[in-house]
Amino acid sequence: MNRTGQILATAIFLSTITAGVAFSADGDYQTYMGFSSRNIIWFVAQTHLYFGAFVLGVPIFAVIMEYAGYRRGVLQLDDLAYEFTGLLSVAFAFTSALGGLFLFALVYLYPTFFSYMQGAFTETMLLYALLFFGETFTLYIYYYGWRRFSSTTKWPTWSKYSGYAIGGVFAVTALLFFLGVIGDQPYLTGEVRAFVAALLLLAGGSFLLLTNNKGMHIWFGVWLNIFGTLIMMVANSWASYMMSPTGFNPDTGVFTGSVMEAFFNPLLVPLGVHRILGNIAFGGFLAGAYAAVRFIGAETDKERAHYDWMGYTANLVGVAGLIPLPFAGYYLGREVYSHSAVMGANMMGGDFSFTFILQALLVGSIFLIACYYLWTGMTRIPGAERYRGWVKYLNSFILIGFAIWVTPHNMPLGGAEVSAMGGSQYHPTLKYLGLMPAKNAVVNLIIISTFISFLLYRRANMKGVSSIVKQGATARFGILLATLFSFLIVGQYAIYLLALDPQELNLTSGKVTYILPVAWLLLATCVMFAVTAYLSLIDKGNLGQYLLMGWIIISVVVFPGYFGFIVMEKANPFLRNIAVAQFLQLIGAIILVSVIDLFLYAKSESTGSIRWGRIPLRSQYALLTLCILVTLTMGLMGYVRSGLRTDWHIYGVMRDISVDSATPTNFDMTLMVSVTTLVFLFAIAIIFWLSSIAKKG
Amino acid sequence: MKIPGLIKSVVIIWAAWYGIVYLFTDLLGAPIPASVMKMYMFFIIIGVFMAFTADEETAEEIFGPFRRLLFDRSHRVLRSIVFIVIPPLVFMVTYEITRPTLDAPVELRAVHPAPPSSFMAFGKSFNMLTLENPYRSLERGKPDKFREAVNEGRTVYYTNCFFCHGDKLEGKGHFVKGFNNPAPANFREVGAIGQLQESFLFWRIAVGGPGLPNEGAPWASPMPVWKDFLTEDQIWKVILFLYDYTGHRPRTFGK
Repeated sequence: MNRTGQILATAIFLSTITAGVAFSADGDYQTYMGFSSRNIIWFVAQTHLYFGAFVLGVPIFAVIMEYAGYRRGVLQLDDLAYEFTGLLSVAFAFTSALGGLFLFALVYLYPTFFSYMQGAFTETMLLYALLFFGETFTLYIYYYGWRRFSSTTKWPTWSKYSGYAIGGVFAVTALLFFLGVIGDQPYLTGEVRAFVAALLLLAGGSFLLLTNNKGMHIWFGVWLNIFGTLIMMVANSWASYMMSPTGFNPDTGVFTGSVMEAFFNPLLVPLGVHRILGNIAFGGFLAGAYAAVRFIGAETDKERAHYDWMGYTANLVGVAGLIPLPFAGYYLGREVYSHSAVMGANMMGGDFSFTFILQALLVGSIFLIACYYLWTGMTRIPGAERYRGWVKYLNSFILIGFAIWVTPHNMPLGGAEVSAMGGSQYHPTLKYLGLMPAKNAVVNLIIISTFISFLLYRRANMKGVSSIVKQGATARFGILLATLFSFLIVGQYAIYLLALDPQELNLTSGKVTYILPVAWLLLATCVMFAVTAYLSLIDKGNLGQYLLMGWIIISVVVFPGYFGFIVMEKANPFLRNIAVAQFLQLIGAIILVSVIDLFLYAKSESTGSIRWGRIPLRSQYALLTLCILVTLTMGLMGYVRSGLRTDWHIYGVMRDISVDSATPTNFDMTLMVSVTTLVFLFAIAIIFWLSSIAKKG
Repeated sequence: MKIPGLIKSVVIIWAAWYGIVYLFTDLLGAPIPASVMKMYMFFIIIGVFMAFTADEETAEEIFGPFRRLLFDRSHRVLRSIVFIVIPPLVFMVTYEITRPTLDAPVELRAVHPAPPSSFMAFGKSFNMLTLENPYRSLERGKPDKFREAVNEGRTVYYTNCFFCHGDKLEGKGHFVKGFNNPAPANFREVGAIGQLQESFLFWRIAVGGPGLPNEGAPWASPMPVWKDFLTEDQIWKVILFLYDYTGHRPRTFGK
């Protein structure tokens, strides 16, 4: 922890200890100077989580940038990574200080609850503290060693092969673990195995970098992320355990299981996946805000150009994290429902249903504003005029999708409106827009429109396409690899659906008629992948891309948007499989179209270089708005996740019998989320300022 | 003649507003709720603003007139008029929005109220986290017994429930005119019982209107507390009938 962090942590610690005398003992609960204990915990935990997401998201961003700069030999990317890592130092201190405050507050305000958690998780709590050493060490060596480990002079050959050997050991372990050869405990479910295997592969892959000093530096960055992810997963296990506890005696509520059982509780992985993607998006948009602040205050054209470019790159990372996020959210929501139908019903149809309307408003705005930033950015690209006409259509698609997404199933209605609808809370037409088939269809439409905006932006200063045939084996191999990957992810699900017994979904065997059309649709998409790849390889890549995107609009938006309602009525349990089918097809198409685009425009004639720095000022306010919106969204959904437990500390095990046990009103929630957002953004502004002082120094 | 961007944008916004009102009121026959209309208009205004300001040329068409109005010396008279007219206009709009009316306030009623994690009925506690319909397993194991249970549920329904929920389960029974808000549930509706687990229906039927949770108050549901009139078995069987008749499947989530 650096000096600022030490001062801050000491101040907070001392104020907490000094104020300790004001506590009044009351059995399971304590109060602090008359404040609501729940609000204190809520405020501190949420602010801590914001900082946590920042210090976890930025290193992911930084390492990707550094690696891209290293591979492509672009020094600017390396500088960008370094500049962002500089922000981490102060943010890390804030995060630790808030983490300490959170811990003290929990121990003092909720002693019985904390004692239970401590009993179940003692080992992981110690591990958590130990992992911090790993993260602190890698962070500081990563930041302070940047210049020291910048040489690209090759190391001796034996070091390369040693790296390969260690990486190989990790890869084999990952494979064995994934296949179930290692570990046979029941809590090691398929998703746990996949998650751990992915982490092991990342760790093993990092050893391949150990060929020179720069590679070693990136290796430290990767391990900084691995430690960060582990820390997050340990803390996640506590939060997810509170929602989906395991290993306790159902009669007494006493924890009798092992710490591993508690750790690998059912919601650990879904929450982890959602948070990792969320952290990437959060880190990207926060970095974008940083660039915007710097751009607005820039004094020279050179500075403006630099920060404009930085803002663009950060936005790109933010949106890349954002695109899969709705699916990760769906996965988490589905698992919440699987664990408890009561929590599930509360989430989407009960007390928390309107928070999801607010979420749609926020997330839809993020997509829309991220696209707006790209559209305004086209003004600085010579040749982009060709695509200006697309903006109004893309804008309309996003807005229509957005409007459908936020349309509630049960409407807020006045008395006269209820009477006009015959006492029903459902509007005769709009009610259909409030259901999952409509929502899933339009979320995909929004993502497709955002993706097309990116493609247009990418192509803005490129004229004519390059011949893939003439690019030789690399291009062919790249396209075939992408096709194979897309084929694999969609094809395997098609085969799974073809073999799916309706009885597995508690459906009668006749309901197979609702499953097969989706399976055939997936197979048709696989055929489209093959056709697109073939067209690209005979230099008709553009045609292939248009065909595939056209097909994808039909197969993930139009068809499921209609067929989903039929399934909902006749074979509702199958509806969730349709959502998975939509996601897989879209991801497959995005990957294939992107790879083709990469080669298609690899050697295109340029219509002029991007005039970095010559972007309207309002685009920078768009970046700032994105940062505010993403923070608000995180606060809102954090509340939903935690609030779903209603009056339970640990769902179904330990009831909350404090005066604060009632679910807060939406008004109270928006107030708290807004306050935490303001406080966090204010603190971030201080961090930006501190980094500017350091820079000047 | 080229129409100035500002006028074009105002016309688009107005046309969108008129189009939505016309679509819902005249073509579809059910006016759009004000709360939803406000959201839609918010998107439309934002969308039009974004489309027009995405490039410098059209952005100038939007911002230019305002800038000239505020700063141009030649617009002094117009500026004064605008500054005089706007405050009373804002006052009038604010007054219209905030003045008390006889209409009941806008209410967000959760159609699927939050069930508790456990509840008391028939002298015992039911755990909603694990509760399942005891007759559901017959569907696959003993189809004849299952059909028998469904038929018993049918009798329960037409003896007790159909007065409000209708003979076709569409929520239009004999008593429906007596209930303005909320109307009896339409079980055939997509997104009604198909979205719910059987345990939810069991709780909802057993406790009726008076047993609904406090968080969602005020509940005006006249649904009787059926645990006082029906047996536990009868409630489970009538649930079987509801799903069987409508063709919906209860929501289930396997691991």
